[in-house]
Amino acid sequence: MLHIFCPHCGELRSEEEFHAKGQAHIPRPLEPNACTDEEWGDYIFFRDNPRGIHHELWVHAAGCRKYFNATRHTVSYEILETYRIGEKPTVTEATVGEKKATTAGVTA
Amino acid sequence: MSNVNVYKQRPDAARAESPLFHAGLDELARKGKSSAGVILREKKLLGHLVIRGDAKDPAFSGGVHSALGLELPVALTLVAKGDTSLQWLGPDEWLLIVPSGQEFEIEQRLRKALDGQHISVVNVSGGQTIVELSGTNARDVLMKSTTYDVHPSNFPVGKAVGSTFAKAGAVIRHTGEDTWELLIRRSFSDYIWLWLQDASAEYGLAVKA
Repeated sequence: MLHIFCPHCGELRSEEEFHAKGQAHIPRPLEPNACTDEEWGDYIFFRDNPRGIHHELWVHAAGCRKYFNATRHTVSYEILETYRIGEKPTVTEATVGEKKATTAGVTA
Repeated sequence: MSNVNVYKQRPDAARAESPLFHAGLDELARKGKSSAGVILREKKLLGHLVIRGDAKDPAFSGGVHSALGLELPVALTLVAKGDTSLQWLGPDEWLLIVPSGQEFEIEQRLRKALDGQHISVVNVSGGQTIVELSGTNARDVLMKSTTYDVHPSNFPVGKAVGSTFAKAGAVIRHTGEDTWELLIRRSFSDYIWLWLQDASAEYGLAVKA
C-alpha cells in the first residue's frame, strides 16, 4: 500500500483514497475549430507512455476531492513529488538524469 | 442578491424521516445494555450547508465570520460554537452544521453577508446524516473500519478528515476524547448501520435516542 502526499490536505494518505486520472499538463487547444483532425485526435486520444519519469493527474477522491499532479516513476512506481495544479514539477526527466550522472561520477 | 431559489426545504409542518429512520433506533434505545463499549446515536435531521468560496479573499472570510461568528477553519479541522460547527472539507469548501430548523434562516444570512461575491451556499441536509460513536471502544471500531490512523497523536480532538470507512466514503470527526462523529451519505446509511452493528458486537453496542 502506497502513502501519497496530498498537497491540499498537507499529509500522507493511503492510496485507496486516490484515483489516477492520466497524463498531466495537456493544454486544451486555444482554438479547437482551427485544429486539423490529426491535431484534435492527438489532443483527445494520444498519451505518452514513458519508461521512467511521468507527470500525472491524480484526484483525492475520498478526501478533499481536489485534483493535483504527481511525478511518478513508471518502473519503480515511486512517487517522487506531488504538486498543485498550475505549479511546475521540480523533478523532471532532465533533473533526474543530471543527478544520476553526478552520482555515477560521469564527467563531461 | 443572486436569483438562486432559496426556500425552506423541510417545512415545519411536514413529517421528516432521517436516513436511519427505518432502523428504529428510538425503539432499540430502550432495550440497550448499560455496560456497552460503544454507544451509537444518530444526530438526525440537522441542517447541513456546504459553503464554497475563496479563503484568501478577506471579503469572503470576513463575511462568513460576520454571519456565523465563526472563523473559517484551516485544513483538516473544525470549529464549533454551541450546536453549530464549521468544518474544512477542501481548500475552497466548508461544511456548516446547524441545529434542525435553523438552516433556512442561516442560509439567508450567509447569502446576505456574501452578496455579490463568487460563492455558493447549498443546503445538503437531506443527503447526509451524522452518526455519533462514543464509549471506551469507539476508537477500536474505527480502527477496524478505516485505513486512516485514528491514534490521538495523529487524530487529536478538533480534527476532521474525509477518508474511506468500511469501503464507503465518510468524513470522520473527532469531537471529544471518546467521541467521534461519522458524516455519511443517506444512501450508505443502511450499510454503515449494519457494518457498525457487526463491528461493535464484540464490545457491546448500546443505542442512544
